[in-house]
Amino acid sequence: MNTPLSWIKAYVPGLDCTAQEYTDAMTLSGTKVEGYECFDADLEKIVVGRVNKVLRHPDADKLVICQVQVSEEGDTVQIVTGAPNVFEGAVVPVVLDGGRVAGGHNGEKTPGGIRIKKGKLRGVESFGMMCSIEELGSSREMYPDAPEEGLYIFNNNPAYADLKIGSDAVEALGLHDVNFEYEVTSNRVDCFGVLGIAREAAATFGKEFVPPVVKKTGNNEKASDYVSVEIEDTTLCRRYVGRVVKNIKIAPSPMWMQRRLAANGIRPINNIVDITNYVMEEYAQPMHAYDLDRLAGKKIIVRRAKDGEEFVTLDGQVRQVDSSMLMICDGEKAVGIAGIMGGENSKITDDVKTMLFEAACFDGTNIRLSGKKLGLRTDAAAKFEKGLDPNNAMAAMDRACQLIEELGAGEVVGGAVDVYPEPWQEKRVKFDYERTNAVLGTKLDKQTMLSYFRKIDLAYDEATGEVIVPTWRQDVNSQCDLDEEVARFYGYDNIPATLPSGEATTGKLSFKLRIEAMARQMAEQFGFFESQNYSFESPKVFDKLLIPQGDAARNTVVISNPLGEDYSVMRTLPLNGLLSSLATNYNRRNKNVRLYELANVYLPKSLPLAELPDERMQFVLGFYGEGDFFDLKGVVEEFLEKVGLKDILTYDPQAGKTYLHPGRQANICYQGGVIGYLGEIHPEVAERYGIGEKVYAAVLDMPQIVEKADFDTKYVGVAKFPPVTRDISMVMKKEILAGQVEEIIRKNGGKYLEHYELFDIYEGAQIAEGYKSIAYSISFRANDKTLEDSEVNAAMEKILKGVRTLGIELRS
Amino acid sequence: MRSPCAGREFNYRPVQGNTVMAAHANTPSAAITRPAFVRCQRGGKITAAQKEAFMKEKLAQLKERALSQITASEGLDKLNDIRVAFLGKKGELTDMLKSLKDVAPQERPAVGQMVNEARAAIEAKLEERKQAFEKKLREEKMAAETIDVTLPAKKPMLGHRHPNTIALEEVERIFVGMGYEVVEGPEVEYDYYNFEALNIPKNHPARDEQDTFYVTDNIVLRTQTSSVQAHVMEQGKLPIRIIAPGRVFRSDEVDATHSPSFHQIEGLVIDKHITFADLKGTLAEFAKELFGADTKVKFRPHHFPFTEPSAEVDVSCFKCGGSGCRFCKGSGWIEILGCGMVHPNVLKMSGIDPEEYTGFAFGVGLERIALLKYEIDDMRLLYENDVRFLKQF
Repeated sequence: MNTPLSWIKAYVPGLDCTAQEYTDAMTLSGTKVEGYECFDADLEKIVVGRVNKVLRHPDADKLVICQVQVSEEGDTVQIVTGAPNVFEGAVVPVVLDGGRVAGGHNGEKTPGGIRIKKGKLRGVESFGMMCSIEELGSSREMYPDAPEEGLYIFNNNPAYADLKIGSDAVEALGLHDVNFEYEVTSNRVDCFGVLGIAREAAATFGKEFVPPVVKKTGNNEKASDYVSVEIEDTTLCRRYVGRVVKNIKIAPSPMWMQRRLAANGIRPINNIVDITNYVMEEYAQPMHAYDLDRLAGKKIIVRRAKDGEEFVTLDGQVRQVDSSMLMICDGEKAVGIAGIMGGENSKITDDVKTMLFEAACFDGTNIRLSGKKLGLRTDAAAKFEKGLDPNNAMAAMDRACQLIEELGAGEVVGGAVDVYPEPWQEKRVKFDYERTNAVLGTKLDKQTMLSYFRKIDLAYDEATGEVIVPTWRQDVNSQCDLDEEVARFYGYDNIPATLPSGEATTGKLSFKLRIEAMARQMAEQFGFFESQNYSFESPKVFDKLLIPQGDAARNTVVISNPLGEDYSVMRTLPLNGLLSSLATNYNRRNKNVRLYELANVYLPKSLPLAELPDERMQFVLGFYGEGDFFDLKGVVEEFLEKVGLKDILTYDPQAGKTYLHPGRQANICYQGGVIGYLGEIHPEVAERYGIGEKVYAAVLDMPQIVEKADFDTKYVGVAKFPPVTRDISMVMKKEILAGQVEEIIRKNGGKYLEHYELFDIYEGAQIAEGYKSIAYSISFRANDKTLEDSEVNAAMEKILKGVRTLGIELRS
Repeated sequence: MRSPCAGREFNYRPVQGNTVMAAHANTPSAAITRPAFVRCQRGGKITAAQKEAFMKEKLAQLKERALSQITASEGLDKLNDIRVAFLGKKGELTDMLKSLKDVAPQERPAVGQMVNEARAAIEAKLEERKQAFEKKLREEKMAAETIDVTLPAKKPMLGHRHPNTIALEEVERIFVGMGYEVVEGPEVEYDYYNFEALNIPKNHPARDEQDTFYVTDNIVLRTQTSSVQAHVMEQGKLPIRIIAPGRVFRSDEVDATHSPSFHQIEGLVIDKHITFADLKGTLAEFAKELFGADTKVKFRPHHFPFTEPSAEVDVSCFKCGGSGCRFCKGSGWIEILGCGMVHPNVLKMSGIDPEEYTGFAFGVGLERIALLKYEIDDMRLLYENDVRFLKQF
């Protein structure tokens, strides 16, 4: 919310501080000032001047030479101008030699302003400049009487009739003012109005708060003779206040009102509209004006819309309304969507004679939901949404009527029609000042706390120990809210800073997080960079990864209101993000890129989702460039060993991953379960991602690894006796896997088997077509003796017998 | 004189015997310095005293000769030859030792000691020269091995951690040090934990401020890590001191300062007698650890439905120190987090008695910290994963 200081000062006359002091103090007492703009920051030596004489410039068609009187005594300066609207007798703002203006007449401001110095224009001396409203840093929004182009002319506005030549033009224009931008939190409904902020300002600076004095208004007639009001749904409309104004004279509102509205960001229109907006800004109570002559039956009925009903709002748009929405209706038809926007059919026009003023209180939630459904969020709706104080409606209404009278905008009919079935009462909140000290860590006495409450009109009932909370403070409901009031007026700055005492606790990471930290460390050690990708992606990803219809991976958690299809399903595989990031790097010509991610996947337990999905952390690694399948396999094995998965890992080539190369993929098996997979990305998939090289990826299912991980290591004695090593070379069918041979070595190697290592693999000359030769070095060792040849021979025999069952022959 | 067979003697290095012999024979002093009375001994009767004097004289000369040869030697090989010539099995000194048998038994110890002294002197000199030669050789070798140290380094290919993770680990380090446990909660979350348990009932306006992604009416993508609060409290273990980092989601379009997916770190402390002052002290410590010891913190009143009183916290700009710069938009302060005393309703809903226990909570935006700390000007860079970006951290 934006409001100029002058408006606040109208209700806190004692306020005297710089803009920065105001900003700091208000922010620290809870009314956050986001920023401010001093209207006169770059305005200097600008006076009211009168153009006494206009002569043509001898050498320029578009310039004229003016003699401008700049003091009451008659001092005159010569100014050359190109302004099209200058005339003899014009009273204008004049910046004198050495003064400053805020910007150019195109409305663009120059930081620090523009200094004006005497000079020659086409050979003719000029001692200053006559100004447009834009050059003064303002706009036609705030000064609707300014011409579209040219100088600001005081003579055009009767409000300036008494203006003295030579006086401060900035003052005359009301530009010695500061506009503050506030961030009002949603709980402080009262501070969405100038009065609420003024009350806070008064409390903050210890000054008196002087709200406008609203006098009784109206003629001897009765509003109830003009209109009747009926509320059908009292839960959605707590109160409806109506008053009638007749003999309306539509005219512009006065300058001060226009300027205040403009400063708040509201465009002045005419006196009636401006008054409704002015009161809305002042009291945070939206108002609406209906042309009473267009209301059928001279009555108002507040009811829900009918399903399928259409309604034309005053902006000319046709709106679909339904029974969840509240409508303002006359005897025959809807005339407004309650709290959101009035209807085309009842809006006031320039020839309105009699009008109905509405100040009502609607249910905030309902307004919010209706506004959402309609896609319509007006200033009024934004205020109603917060949930307004129904007691404020009558005060605002009376203020509006007072302004009608003061501005001579019409004749206010006496009395009001007020339907208010259940009036709100002040709240009483039990207050325990010791509790406040205990929560804040302060040692304030009770009287000090009560003095803070008084500042903001919270009374204290000594007899009951209760604080009496006015209805405009809907946010104060319990002791803790009072704690906050004390804290902010005592000053957050003044509360001491201590560290929690009490029972000591152990700082630690969960075991899962420790394993993840190890995964990071290992991945980085092997040259992989950590990437982070979004958790949601497009369902098209599954096609890109060649995942068939009906595959379980396609069962996703679907976001019902996504930012777009590309972000609409929660990932069930961690590969898309990784491949996309690799592709980004590939496109940017980065070579040998290795990335990893610790990525949650979200696997629904059932669809539609009835319970939370299984969130499984996946450790995914991928790269292109230097390296191959076995490099990646090595990284996987090093990691698993590091986190204590020291049993045998086996690899099953029948992994069945459609997105991996059919001949280069494997499930990673550990203790009978599949804990991950790795392989070369299917060339077609790589191509779809736009990566023109081989890509390898590994995915490890962290929950299983965390379950099996163990950092507990026990020392095993370093062998004292020598090993016996035997080499065997075997010829076998190509299809037989090294893993199968190794399994036999492990099974048949006996208790002395210590280690085996593949040292040669060969296909080609001397080996039959379709066969390959594989050679292993196998070592045996006993802990307690030097092995006998016979013992090793026996073990080797068993191994050989075993491999023969696979049709493997020893190579001679 | 006898020629020592240096080749068979033990060796500093392979030795050429001939060279040694030649060198020896050519040494003029060997002949000239032989004392005249040596020849006399054949004639007259020689007393024991004379014999001893004679041995002494001979030893002195031998030692003198050996030392001067060692001093004059020009390499390790030569040094070895000299050793063999004097100390070898058939060396001169060895010979003299053998001739001890001619000395009267009662004088043998005295003469023997003289021989040993001569041997020790020669050995010491040999060692001294040897070390000098080795030093010289090493220095020559090293001089030849000089490299251009400004040539490029050979770096092992190391990966780098994501800046978000680095910032997170920094935050974790600080709080773990203060006795906080790091815990996690689900990212796809029940509406209850994300909102209701946090004093944000259905249709509360605060829900709109957080542009929530919904999966079903009851399940959302969590909009804040505060959702972990109720999970932890429900476990019923007190006191509580946790931080809960993790991903959160809000339907903000992607731009330089917004992302629909980002990270927060929630902090929660619940115990008896926890005060707002404790919250201030804790976060002041945190800010100093994270941004430097001179960092000041400012608490501003704010509103969150699940804390009361609530505050937003600014830290003094670590770029300009608080005097105002472009980085802090001239204010000297940078907003970093929101916090407050846990609302009694929140405690009650999770089964904790607010009369007995109080607590504070805070929430930090991780990306905000990473962007500030590393002066990253566009949040999108964090999710592109370009290694040229990642390499910088």
